[in-house]
Amino acid sequence: MTKIAVLKFPGTNCDLDVVHVLKTTTNLDAEVIWYQDFRARKFDAVVIPGGFSYGDWLRAGAIAAQTKAMGEIRVAIDMGLPVLGICNGFQILVEATLLPGALLSNECGYFVCKWVRLRVRRPRGPWLILLEEGQEIDMPIAHGKGRYYIDEDTYMKIASTSPTIEYVNENPNGSSFNLAGLASPNGLVLGLMPHPERSAEEELTPRGKIPGGIYIWKSIELSLKRGW
Amino acid sequence: MMYSIEVLITNRKNVRDPEGETIHKNLVLKHGYKNIVNVRAGKYLLFSVEAQNAENALELVKNLCLKLRIYNPIVHDIEVRLHD
Repeated sequence: MTKIAVLKFPGTNCDLDVVHVLKTTTNLDAEVIWYQDFRARKFDAVVIPGGFSYGDWLRAGAIAAQTKAMGEIRVAIDMGLPVLGICNGFQILVEATLLPGALLSNECGYFVCKWVRLRVRRPRGPWLILLEEGQEIDMPIAHGKGRYYIDEDTYMKIASTSPTIEYVNENPNGSSFNLAGLASPNGLVLGLMPHPERSAEEELTPRGKIPGGIYIWKSIELSLKRGW
Repeated sequence: MMYSIEVLITNRKNVRDPEGETIHKNLVLKHGYKNIVNVRAGKYLLFSVEAQNAENALELVKNLCLKLRIYNPIVHDIEVRLHD
């Protein structure tokens, strides 16, 4: 059976939500894997969920980024396994330099927790296969350190090569170029601050919102079955 | 010999620092210190290092900061200095 590893570091707290959403919205099997036990070759894809790994000490994601588990994540990527980092998972991928840029404290200075409108650009790869160019979806964010920072030159490169997810109507944290997330050029490695595991079920979606997470989970289900 | 090496990490000049801005605007200026033009917040680390001399101790900590990404060169400046 197709199996997804949901990586757990000390302080990760969205792991069970991700397992739950994968089991309720897809036919994929998912298991929480303690970071010391993670071996890439046993799995078909990896999710690094949200939370506060190592208490956000030093910088969000900075300590988890230096663990052996992230060495295994590099092995996984070399093997062609799809990797998704959500919220703190995105911060870890960025700190591990597997995605460009940096994540800083929100420009407003406080923790922001709300639903936001997102627009997907240049969707491709296993996590975004069911989304179309320019499609708008909704997801909740919940972070204090979600201000994505990237210099203009690097952004110009990304804007012509890589899938991105951007905030629409508002920029809740002061991110450069309204970026909420981005992927590697082939879409294999995706990182985003919003929470797709909290926006894939009707019960969790406020009236009038478009549950965006379902596209991510249905995409990976389809991709692992038929390729991408 | 034991040396104390200080590491100061701050956001680079062009990267906004909401913590420093809040301290400046909502505490310092609010209490009338009008001649304080700016406040920058940062992180302070103190390393106690066993080394032959101060130069080696500084070099060791500088390399460590780079290798373990104690700071993120995309957004941070660091100052590594001997604590006396």
